Amino acid sequence: MKVMAQLGMVMNLDKCIGCHTCSVTCKQAWTNRAGVEYVWFNNVETRPGQGYPRRYQDQDRWRGGWVRNRRGRLTLRAGGRVRKLLSIFANPVLPNIRDYYEPWTYDYETLVDAPLGDDFPVAEPRSLLSGRPMAVEWSANWDDDLGGIPEQGELDPIVERIRRESEDKVRFEYEQAFMFYLPRICEHCLNPACVASCPSGAMYKRVEDGIVLVDQDRCRGWRMCVTGCPYKKIYFNHRTGKAEKCTFCYPRVEVGLPTVCSETCVGRLRYIGLFLYDADRVTEAASVEDERDLYQSQLDVLLDPHDPAVVAAAHRDGIDPEWVEAAQRSPVHKLVAQYRVALPLHPEFRTMPMVWYVPPLSPVVDRLTETGHDGESAGNLFGAIDALRIPVEYLAELFTAGDPEPVTRVLRTLAAMRAFMRDVTLGREIDESIPAAVGMGAEEIMEMYRLLAIAKYDERYVIPTAHVGEAHQLEELGCSLDVDGGPGMGGPFGEASGRPAPVSVETFHALRDRQTSDTVADTSASRVNLLNWDGKGRPEGLFPPRGRR
Amino acid sequence: MNVLLWGVLPYVMVAVLVTGTIWRYRYDKFGWTTRSSELHESRLLRIGSPMFHFGLLVVVIGHVIGLVIPESWTTAIGLSEPAYHVQALVLGGIAGVSTLAGIAILIYRRRTTGPVFSATTRNDKLMYVVLVLAIVAGLSTTLLGVAGGEEHNYRVSVSPWFRSLFVFQPDIDAMAGSSLAFRIHTLIGMALFTIWPFTRLVHAFSAPVGYLFRPYIVYRSRSGGPAAGPPRRGWDRVGSSEPR
Repeated sequence: MKVMAQLGMVMNLDKCIGCHTCSVTCKQAWTNRAGVEYVWFNNVETRPGQGYPRRYQDQDRWRGGWVRNRRGRLTLRAGGRVRKLLSIFANPVLPNIRDYYEPWTYDYETLVDAPLGDDFPVAEPRSLLSGRPMAVEWSANWDDDLGGIPEQGELDPIVERIRRESEDKVRFEYEQAFMFYLPRICEHCLNPACVASCPSGAMYKRVEDGIVLVDQDRCRGWRMCVTGCPYKKIYFNHRTGKAEKCTFCYPRVEVGLPTVCSETCVGRLRYIGLFLYDADRVTEAASVEDERDLYQSQLDVLLDPHDPAVVAAAHRDGIDPEWVEAAQRSPVHKLVAQYRVALPLHPEFRTMPMVWYVPPLSPVVDRLTETGHDGESAGNLFGAIDALRIPVEYLAELFTAGDPEPVTRVLRTLAAMRAFMRDVTLGREIDESIPAAVGMGAEEIMEMYRLLAIAKYDERYVIPTAHVGEAHQLEELGCSLDVDGGPGMGGPFGEASGRPAPVSVETFHALRDRQTSDTVADTSASRVNLLNWDGKGRPEGLFPPRGRR
Repeated sequence: MNVLLWGVLPYVMVAVLVTGTIWRYRYDKFGWTTRSSELHESRLLRIGSPMFHFGLLVVVIGHVIGLVIPESWTTAIGLSEPAYHVQALVLGGIAGVSTLAGIAILIYRRRTTGPVFSATTRNDKLMYVVLVLAIVAGLSTTLLGVAGGEEHNYRVSVSPWFRSLFVFQPDIDAMAGSSLAFRIHTLIGMALFTIWPFTRLVHAFSAPVGYLFRPYIVYRSRSGGPAAGPPRRGWDRVGSSEPR
């Protein structure tokens, strides 16, 4: 057993109102740059819908993720190492920019510049790629809120698959339509196909927290990761020629802050915490024969952080005790492994995704109430789950490779929580048989209610910091400007070359200088470190030239 | 003049190539990429790019064999000079034409696809000119020889000169005695290698051969050292046992 820690996320889809705040703040934080105009590390899709990029779930077309070969071993669906290298000059299955959308801006200048005339000036759309006028025909959420679904609903790969089995499971007539929102970020998989696809070895999974990142200095732009990722969450920056992806906001989580998408989520539907998992068993778990067993095998890889044997093994494998403590309080571990109400997105891609979803239940209550039933009563709720407006089959295709059983179980658990908590809130007699019907105790279901419904900030986000555990390694942070290309650099090739000098080294030299020389501080250096400048003398460049008195 | 061209320039070229590459690698790792434009256009790229690159690979192998292996060696294994030339001409001709056709498609694509053209820098344009000239000149040495009927045997002129460079005793006379087409091709080739480190061509140096041998999943630590490992001395938690 090799214990490793993994930062994971759970999203409670019942609470998502599709406001796109997460997408917008993420874009502002990470992808508001030239070259990634079309990129949304976080996007919110309306299901049913084509998704972003269009039909990304259709792996017959895009060939992402892993497949189990005849010998029972995992291979990349797009082909192994030799095949990758042979197709390196032109990746045969790279999505075109039009599969995402052509990014645009508006010609706002005409609004101000247009000469006087009879008509109002109009800001026409201009392509951000070519600068030419363009017709806006698609975007990251063009089919938001079922826009255009009567015509395009068939293009949802999942609808397509369900329709093959039964024609009337999914209907797009207004009165019978259903929808829910699916916010998506990088899954930070345990068995990432993007990392496996990268010829340069520039993509890696961080040992400490499992975040999957692209080393921008080692990426050579071979674009295989874009194909490898079945969720199409690796993007190609067409300006820099490098791959970019969701970073799980690592600069924030390292200091204990939740990701930007979570922090700004108005529905408070995101949970962040640690999983402990057995790294030795990942490949084996990802290669089980039946796709429908993947959800269970993924659960089996996760370790119980309360188990003394696991704690001992974690200590042996160098996981900080504070991280183990955080894993014990982890909300995502509770939702995924203890209450088992969160499901992985497309486990059949065999990448072991680590962003999990609590499937939506809401419409059923309204439905029951409309028909004159008591929508919150346990008996009615349980019975209605099979007749849900959102077909269980649809959710099963998303979360359990088509197996309806786990989805039904989760929905029953959520329904039981509702019915039970109504009795509690209304001061009625508590009915212990309701939680018992889903294999839970009254205590446990109230804890789950607290986590899902109250969702306190410090219970939603249990993020151990990198710093507390290793403060000793961060003693020397250096000046924040001492980065490559920053102003705080001086090397053989001028100011911006060479490596940054630690601040304490500079302070040491400056202090020694001051203590041992007769004159005021040495002003010959080309730049001044404000941290140790004592206010004496007039170092060059610190003040504007003195005017003649 | 000959001394300058065939005795000095090659070493200048190598010096620029080596130091330029090292400099680029140290100070511009972020710019070291293929700068692929497949995102914008893939139909033409999927024809042109493999044609160009695979053609070029064969051409490079052909150059290595032709320049490095002395004529006496191939004769020794029973391959006569005319026979060697025929196979080199056929293989080289096919590969060269494929390379040229490939780059023609790629340049056409670059010019006609709006986003690809606007992503083309001046640096790229200069590189394309030198690259195409080198290919055209190289192909013409091969084809002109066939057309004119007077095949110049570069294996007694260019190749000895090339090998003599490595022992720092450049055989200037041998190179000066080769045909004009070969001399032009060699000069353009040297120009190409001189600008090489400063263009997108550097991506050739990072051909990902290591991919064949590494494990699929790469793990890397946040910092260089064991970040979550045991703390250094002086940072033990309260109540932890005395270190031994």
